[in-house]
Amino acid sequence: MLGEQIIKGMAVTAKNFFGSYVSKDRLTTVQYPEERLTPKENTRQFPFLVFDGDDAEKGLRCVACQICEKECPPQCIYIVKSKDKKPDYKGQMQVFPVTFDIDISVCMSCSICVEVCPFESIKMNNEFELSTDDRFKGLLLTKKELAKPNSYYQQIHPQDAKDSDAVIAAEIVKAEAKAKAAAEAKAKADAEAKAKAATAAAAAPVGTPPANPPTPPPAAK
Amino acid sequence: MIAAQKPFEVTPKLDESGTPIGELLEISMGPHHPSTHGVFRMDVTLDGETVVKLKPVFGYLHRNHEKIGENISYLATMPYTDRLDYFCSMTNNWAYALTIEKLAGLAVPERAEYIRVIMAELTRLQNHTSLIGFFVQDMGALGTPMMYAFREREKILDLFEEISGARMMCNYMRFGGVRVDTSDAWLAQTKKVVGDYGKFLDEFEVFLNENEILLARTQGVAPLSKEQAINASITGPLLRAAGVNYDLRKVDKYGIYSRFEFKVPLGETGDLYDRYMVRVLEMRESIKILNQALAGIPAGPVMDPKAKLRGFRPKAGEVYGRIESPKGELGFYIISDGGPSPYRYRIRPPSYINLTTLEDMCLGRKVADVIVILGSVDIVLGEVDR
Amino acid sequence: METLEQIKSRLEAALPSAKIEILANECAAGERSLLVDAASGLAAAKFLRDDAQLKLDYCSNVTGVDWPDKEISEKIKVKQVVDGVEKEVEEVKKTLRPGYLEVVFHLYSMTLKHGPVVLRMRTENRADQTHLPSLTPLWRGAELQEREIYDLYGVIFDGHPDLRRILMWDGFEGYPMRKDYVAPEDYEYEPTPHDEVLEAAKKCYPAEPKVEVKP
Repeated sequence: MLGEQIIKGMAVTAKNFFGSYVSKDRLTTVQYPEERLTPKENTRQFPFLVFDGDDAEKGLRCVACQICEKECPPQCIYIVKSKDKKPDYKGQMQVFPVTFDIDISVCMSCSICVEVCPFESIKMNNEFELSTDDRFKGLLLTKKELAKPNSYYQQIHPQDAKDSDAVIAAEIVKAEAKAKAAAEAKAKADAEAKAKAATAAAAAPVGTPPANPPTPPPAAK
Repeated sequence: MIAAQKPFEVTPKLDESGTPIGELLEISMGPHHPSTHGVFRMDVTLDGETVVKLKPVFGYLHRNHEKIGENISYLATMPYTDRLDYFCSMTNNWAYALTIEKLAGLAVPERAEYIRVIMAELTRLQNHTSLIGFFVQDMGALGTPMMYAFREREKILDLFEEISGARMMCNYMRFGGVRVDTSDAWLAQTKKVVGDYGKFLDEFEVFLNENEILLARTQGVAPLSKEQAINASITGPLLRAAGVNYDLRKVDKYGIYSRFEFKVPLGETGDLYDRYMVRVLEMRESIKILNQALAGIPAGPVMDPKAKLRGFRPKAGEVYGRIESPKGELGFYIISDGGPSPYRYRIRPPSYINLTTLEDMCLGRKVADVIVILGSVDIVLGEVDR
Repeated sequence: METLEQIKSRLEAALPSAKIEILANECAAGERSLLVDAASGLAAAKFLRDDAQLKLDYCSNVTGVDWPDKEISEKIKVKQVVDGVEKEVEEVKKTLRPGYLEVVFHLYSMTLKHGPVVLRMRTENRADQTHLPSLTPLWRGAELQEREIYDLYGVIFDGHPDLRRILMWDGFEGYPMRKDYVAPEDYEYEPTPHDEVLEAAKKCYPAEPKVEVKP
């Protein structure tokens, strides 16, 4: 009969409508802002800087290498290097950023800055309720607003933070091993120089003009 | 330079004594419109309710993406390609990555190929679902089928968010693989979503396929013949609805599509009902491909560990790479001069070229049909204007 | 599909007055292209479309490319008299290769499912002789793409049914995709942190009024 399929269609609508009173997966609307969905672990909104420990200035991992500034597609990062240096997480003296601004009205959340950073210092945040009424200054996040502690990073992205901490720990171990090897080599070189000076002083008596020092025996390895 | 012409000089009909009968009405179905699928304008000249002339006006979303591509590096263009056809960001990424891999001769590991096929077919599913929702809404079913379609689409977008971090602007493919690997939990969830999709499609088809209103408004409206379609460079579901068997997944066999068994649905007359049914059947075929890919995905790396992200400089040369995106043939033409950015970066947009015959399809029809015909062409303004 | 050399020889046999060249392409998997002169472009394209072995009925992509004037410097050996002795000295010779605009067509066949054949046409220069034949009478799909090339590059296609600006607004001056196009400064700038953008923004906003600080 004419209209039979329309009635079948309305039966589907009725099933969905009355079914939403009965079963949870027919009622799919989340009443924001009273109810909120939990963000997924990988969600990316805007970047933030990580610092270790409690002090945002001393523990900042960023060394102002400006790689993220160059690779950023819409060029929204602005870095000014400092003139002096401070020690980084490996103990080496590195430059740090005096100014690190991200303009989040330009940022397109592509996370290329996170991918190319070699120092695990810039990561993606998941805060998106950042609206303000000041179009230029309100959407320009400065270093103070961007720096967040490592504990915050572990809270929002547990798996990524675990991987990042593992990378940093490995780097620290490598740097310590290198430093130890360098210290051992230096100590050995000092000992050899001292031995050379001792044999030179013993061979030539006091008062005679200094002769060519004898070649030291090859160090037994 | 040819000066801008003042368009739409149309002469009205004259009766025997030479006086014009009635008046022709020029309206602009303007950029602010709930049903033109974006900021798209059509200058329509009407005689009563019948369309006498129709000229589409483009450029309201022109962001000159091609020039941006010439100034930034190859990697930095990848997030911009997400924003071309903003419904199907995964296939846009894949087309660009495929072109660059062809240019530089990079090989892709097998697991990455399977993941790319899974992402592309999920994209096709969610694109066709939301398109059918829009199509039926344009006809007057104010929102109900669209909301059901979006409810299912959200499940697929949740999958994308878990894997890449963003629902729509995924920025997921890289040159030589994909960015992150899929976990077993993600694959299990995808299997569940794909399994439930068949049931949803059954309910949806009961709802719509033989609905008398849909049949009355779409059958016999705006047919497109095979020769017209081929000559106007139409690709995608529109071409297959006209009866031409040309699907790039079968013709070019890019990626690993030759390993999967699927059919290519073809229409007969190319009218609106054929286009709707071709899309529904393509969704069923996508579910088949997804089941095969999810069952056969191997273990392994997803990216060459020695590939460098920064400082990518392919050798000089030019290449044209194309894939079957849900809207049609999406192609990238890149001329490289050995530097860090391309010399010429061109996107061949399917939606833009599919609009070539819009005027021919609409002439002689009523105003209400214009909206539905535009809906069946399936345009996304991000791609039309770039 | 037959090789490009075979296609070229058959084209030259069919159109004796055409000047056809095969251009190389050095990258990994690229296709070589046929360069046809502008006068015989339409006839060559018609041959490619109607030929029984090729049947290239699908024009997939029409692209415009801008090649500005380039200075090519090459080292050549020149006999010169240096300190009374005739020697061969290496000199750098600079030649100016004049610039041109180029249009590239990618042609495929839907009936025979092969392709692509890449067809190129070049204009004489970038200033006043920028006319090329339009291939829209053969492939309707080239209509909107040729309009876009006219809009963004300035190539005038003779024989196009409706050549006017498509992506830029009517009355726009200039051709944005050319390499020497400079965008005007009078658009609304948002002062993002970088130096040049801030300087440009200062020019567009009115100067801040001096505030008198009363002691």
